[in-house]
Formats: sequence, structure tokens, C-alpha cells
Amino acid sequence: MTATAEPLLSIEDLEIGVSGRAIIEGVSLSIAPGEMLGLVGESGCGKSVTALSIMRLIAEPPMRISKGAIRFEGTDLLTLSERALEAIRGDDIAMIFQEPMTSLNPVFTIGDQIAEAVLLHRDVTKTEANDRAIELLTRVGIPSPRAALGRYPHQLSGGQRQRVMIAIALACDPKLLVADEPTTALDVTVQAQILDLIDDLRRETGMAVLLITHDLGVVSQYCDRVAVMYGGRVVEEAPASELFAHPHHRYTEALLRTIPASNPPGVELPAIGGTVPPPGKRPDGCTFNPRCHARIEKCTTAMPALDGGRHLTRCWNPAP
Amino acid sequence: MTLLDVRNLSKTYPGAGGSTVKAVSDVSFSIGPGEVLGVVGESGCGKSTLGRSLLRLIEPSAGEIHFDGRDLMELDRGQLKPVRKDLQIIFQDPFGALNPRHTVGGIIGEPLKVHRVGTRAERAARVAELLDLVGLPADAAKRYPHEFSGGQRQRIAIARALALNPKLLVADEAVSALDVSIQSQIINLIADLQKRLSLSIVFISHDLSVIRHVSDRIAVMYLGRIVEIGPSEELMTNPKHPYTQALLSAIPRPNVPRTGRIVLKGELPDPANPPAGCAFHTRCPHVMDVCHSDRPKLARPQEGEPDSPLEVACHLYKAA
Repeated sequence: MTATAEPLLSIEDLEIGVSGRAIIEGVSLSIAPGEMLGLVGESGCGKSVTALSIMRLIAEPPMRISKGAIRFEGTDLLTLSERALEAIRGDDIAMIFQEPMTSLNPVFTIGDQIAEAVLLHRDVTKTEANDRAIELLTRVGIPSPRAALGRYPHQLSGGQRQRVMIAIALACDPKLLVADEPTTALDVTVQAQILDLIDDLRRETGMAVLLITHDLGVVSQYCDRVAVMYGGRVVEEAPASELFAHPHHRYTEALLRTIPASNPPGVELPAIGGTVPPPGKRPDGCTFNPRCHARIEKCTTAMPALDGGRHLTRCWNPAP
Repeated sequence: MTLLDVRNLSKTYPGAGGSTVKAVSDVSFSIGPGEVLGVVGESGCGKSTLGRSLLRLIEPSAGEIHFDGRDLMELDRGQLKPVRKDLQIIFQDPFGALNPRHTVGGIIGEPLKVHRVGTRAERAARVAELLDLVGLPADAAKRYPHEFSGGQRQRIAIARALALNPKLLVADEAVSALDVSIQSQIINLIADLQKRLSLSIVFISHDLSVIRHVSDRIAVMYLGRIVEIGPSEELMTNPKHPYTQALLSAIPRPNVPRTGRIVLKGELPDPANPPAGCAFHTRCPHVMDVCHSDRPKLARPQEGEPDSPLEVACHLYKAA
């Protein structure tokens, strides 16, 4: 996707705080129709809060969106009433989570849970909703879908539960799928199946996907573009192939270097010292500066801007 | 020379309706002093049950565990206690493994107390030494687990495991819960301590890239059995078993395109009702008639490469 296409979703200068401490500090992102954008970072970087805020699923209070806009097809979701948001959730924007176990209701059949999503947003009969559920289960690769309608979540494996979650998410042909660590709880051979499924579906239906993950390998293999978050900010954003071939930000560079897959066996891994600073304890200047091997004086005093055209970087001393 | 020699180890659990679940079936391997054996497999393959059985934290159903010349299965509780000084384990969850009401000094010093090693002052000195060894400040001894991050807590768990100078350490998914940047710090720490203390380690993980990095030899498990075992580099570069091949190709790596990957169909079969013959035949891309009925034995392959140091349980290779 090119940057010139009208974005489906654009997050503009989003700020979210909790009891006076900023957790998300000026995040801007956009996704074009049909695009898969990867949002990567370690625990506490703000990637999940950013994703949840799109559908206003963050706990308000204690969290509070203090600034910014989240435009979906031109409408600022932050100005909508709860009722108007409910009409969008699960219809134009759908979401899947890491835990396919806890996201499904254990006392309802999976047929009921898929049909519920259809009945909520479409004027259809129970029978039509059931037919739609069978169609969806077929599409996500559940064997004997008609029989599967009557099963309960505990009768399914982890991978199948995530397929059911995807079926629910697809129920109303969403334009945007927000997938928050959808394969983190799954085994590696099943992870490949689920990510292939999500990728096939977005190519078939033209939906856009925001994929939140900590796994750089996953992002590299599936996403068109990537945004890297650190300490509540986007620190680098670029087309995936470009970012992985030439990381500019020192954090991205260090992260790619430190993973075992990038190193010959047995050598000492080029580790990043220290830990991610929690909100409220973020340092002055660039948030990454205390852990950065390429720190210059300016890094400790001023926050760099996110700059650079197609390949954006928030770094005073970027990698060459 | 071997430190640990495991022969035909099995662990069965009673399953639903009078059935038995074989978590570990007929597993044999040995480890030399200072050697690291990686055990890799997906959830439910029996790798954690195996790790715990080695210490008899889970009571094996059958088999022999020769450690330092003695069969641990023959020992009673009283006789086992002194042996446990030489056998230690660290777990995945650094939050659940530490008692929140004890100080870090108390936690690390507890094994010394249990085994009545040294005076109070000597134990305090040993705790200080251990904190230094794992890269924590001396004042950590007076603080409580909640004051530390996940990576630091894993350092505390490692210090405790090393308190008695064990000969063998079982590391069960010891870095899996950690963030990418912290994971490499802990991998480096374990590798460094292994060299300095000539520790033998059974390193259990679902992550082949981590396993490859730390292991001299690797055992691949599927549904309770070892399906392939051998020197780390040979297994990673020239895997024989179709499951190992699929597992390797499914790891998403940055800058490695996913074309040509082997994506397995289906998921792990129910361990209570494993397929007849080779347990992998339901998902194997090279399945033959014989695989449905006969279980292949773990052996060196004869056909093609008689010199391969790998042992593989697969009908594609005729045993030597």
C-alpha cells in the first residue's frame, strides 16, 4: 500500500495517561485499506493500550485519553457516544486477543457465539445467522463445521479456539481487524497456520489488519509496514522489508541484533543492558538513552521528533 | 563419561474413563559433565514432565535415572535428599517461583539452610557471593521479590538454584516469559555460568532458536517420545525427522521469507489417545503405509548417510 491512499484508520497524536502519568505519549499511526501494519515492542511499551484505545476498550478511569484523535473513515471515534461505538465494534472494526481460552464464553456453544455477533449487527433470523456461522467456520478451516456449531470451547484445541475467534471477528466483514498477540499462546507449527489464515483472509476480503506482537520474525514475514514502540512512543516506522534490512533507530537495531536467531550458536548475545523504564520513571530526552550504546549528549536532554518521509525514525544518532 | 544416564523413562497418568495418558514414553538419553542438552517440543510433548521426573519432583512410572553412578529410582526420600543438592531446577514463571513474603536473601539462602550448610554468617556471605555471580547488587538481599522486574527475578531464581553448587541444572522454559531484550541477558548469564561452573544443563524450551544457541546436543520430543537426538549443529542444519524439519522451518525469522516453509496440517493429537504406529503420521508430509502400524525405533539412519551422528525415529531411514 502506498502512503498516498486515503487511510482507513488514522491515529493522531494520541496521549493516554493513568493517574497523572503518561503511558502513551503522542502516538500517530495510519493504516490503509487492505494493509497489514505490525505494531511491535516489549511489555509496557504501550502497544496493547494503543490497540485497545481504537475501540475505546481501555479502562476509563483510571486511564484517560487526554489528547489526540482516532479517525476511522474520517470519523473521530473519540467523539462518539458509547452507543455509536457499540455499532462499530464487531462490525466495521473487529478484534482478536492472545487468549482464545478466556475470550470465548465457556457456557455457550461456539455456534451461539458466532451467531450472536451476526444477530447483534445484522437484521437476520436465527437460521440465517446459523448459516452464516457455518460459512464462517468453513472459511477459517474448522473441520465438519455443522457439527462444530454445537461444541463448547473446552472441546476445542487452542488453535481451533483461535480459529473460532477469527470466525467471530469476521462475522460482519470488518474493514479493520485488530489482532493483539493472536498467536503468542500457540505452538509454533499452529502459529504458522493461524497467521497464514489471517493473511489469506485479508487478501480475500480486503480488510486491513493491525497486528500487535513482540515477535520480530512474525512481523517481518507477514506485515507490509511496521511501527516499533518504546516507552509509549513510536520510535521507528517503515515498510517491513526496509526496516528489517536497514533499521535506523538504535533500539530497533539492538533488538534485531540481540535475538538468538541473528547470532551464531554459543557466542555471547549482544544484549541490551538495563530494563524498559516504567511509565512515570521515563528518563529525560530520548526514552531509550540510558540503554543505548550510541548515545550522544543531546539524547539525554531532548526528545527527538519522528522524522524521515517513508522511513520514520525518532533518533538523534541513527544507525547509518 | 556420563553424569546422567536416563533409561526407558516413562510417566503415565490416569485419564478419563479408565484410560491412561502417556506423558513420557520410554525416553533414554545421557548427559556428560559440563554438557548442555536442549529438549525442544510443543505443548503437551512431555518435555516439562520429563524435566521434573529427572528430579523425581514428579514420580516416574517406570525407568532408571542413573545420576553420578546411582539409580535415583532406587532411593527413598531420606537417601534422595543429599542427592538433590547436586540437582537443581529453574522454572518459567519468575513471579510464581519466589515466595513474596521472604526477602531475596532468605530465598537464596534457603537451600543452604535446608541442607544445613555453614553458619549463619557463612550463609550470608554465600548469598552475597551468589548475588554478585548473577549480577544483582548486594543490597538486593534485604529486599522482596515484588521490588524486582521479571528478568531480575529470574536472576534470583538462578542464584537460588546455584546456592549448593549443583552438578546438574534443569532449566524449564527459563527464558520464555521474558521480553526479547531481557531474554538475551538471561541466556548470556546462563551460558556464562555454565562455562564458569562446568554445569551440566537440561535446557527445556519450545523455542528452537534459543535451544540452538545454548545446547551442545538437542533432543526433539513429540507426544511423549524423543523423535530425534544428536549434536546441535548437525540437527539444526541437517535435520532428518520430518517433524524436526517442520519445526525448524516454522520459526519466523526476520529477513527470512516464508516461501518454501513446511506448514504442518492439523494439531497435536490427544495424548490420551495417541495414533497407532508413528505418532506423527497424522501430520507427516512423507507418511507411508508402514507408519500407520509400526512405531519406528530411535536409531542411527543407515541409508544415505551412514556417518550421521543423529539418531532418528522415522521409517524413512532404515536403522543401522
